[in-house]
Amino acid sequence: MGDEKKSKSKIKNDIIFIAALLAAVCLIGIIYIATRAPGDTVIVKVDGKIFGEYPLDTDRTVEIRNGDRVNLLIIEGGEAYMAEASCPDGICVAHRPISRDGESIACKPNTVVVIVRATGEDSPDIIA
Amino acid sequence: MEKRQKKIKKIAFLGLLTAVAMLLSYVEALLPSPVAAVPGIKMGLPNVAIIFVLYRFGAKEAALVSAVRVIMVSLLFGNPMTFIYSIAGAMLSIVVMIVLKKLNFLSTVGVSVAGGVFHNAGQILVAMFLLGTAELAHYMIVLALSGTISGVFVGICGALMIKKLPMYKI
Repeated sequence: MGDEKKSKSKIKNDIIFIAALLAAVCLIGIIYIATRAPGDTVIVKVDGKIFGEYPLDTDRTVEIRNGDRVNLLIIEGGEAYMAEASCPDGICVAHRPISRDGESIACKPNTVVVIVRATGEDSPDIIA
Repeated sequence: MEKRQKKIKKIAFLGLLTAVAMLLSYVEALLPSPVAAVPGIKMGLPNVAIIFVLYRFGAKEAALVSAVRVIMVSLLFGNPMTFIYSIAGAMLSIVVMIVLKKLNFLSTVGVSVAGGVFHNAGQILVAMFLLGTAELAHYMIVLALSGTISGVFVGICGALMIKKLPMYKI
């Protein structure tokens, strides 16, 4: 009987522990994301090669063509997002707009990566 | 004689469980990733065997089985790069699990969840170190969630194994 009681309280501890662990991780993540420096340049890469670089403060639409695969990138109001993509999964289109240094949208089927950079400083290239 | 027999038995069982852990690594590699967009999400099936060893045999044995499993799987299926990631994740995970088991306030489920989450944390720490960027930190949120879900599953499996398998007590 005592054993059952003990295992029950352990399950309760488990739940508290898991909740605390997740809360801690989320908190670290939120602090990390919120304190990230804003970016100023949008870099588009196709097949790992630079396709183009665009300032984040000018509104424009970029059509990223790679053979018959097309992605439509929109830069608007200091944010960049993927409006359309010829890929089947549409993960990149569902991605929220990006604007901070280091944020990126990747379209794996089309091998397109859009990444925001703060050009004021030398940041390491994570894609290469 | 009795002591020696026990030792031989133990070696045989640890070898067997190492093989089970390796096999589970292989099975896991065969399974498709549930979220293709996020690499690194894994069930952590080998941890069932590791948890079993941890509770049935002890901390030293579990660390040993975990290390041998990572080395063997990397030799068989991986490359030096995957080895560095795996060993970092596995060692951080086993250290956390050993400490939590010693503290004795969590069931196998809690211990296994911590193991899963810290396995991912270890790998991300290595990635941040190797790639020289803090970029991957937000990745941790996703991996912590997936680690929790699979950790619950693995913990329940481990608990069942510990309870139902009569095989050998130390």
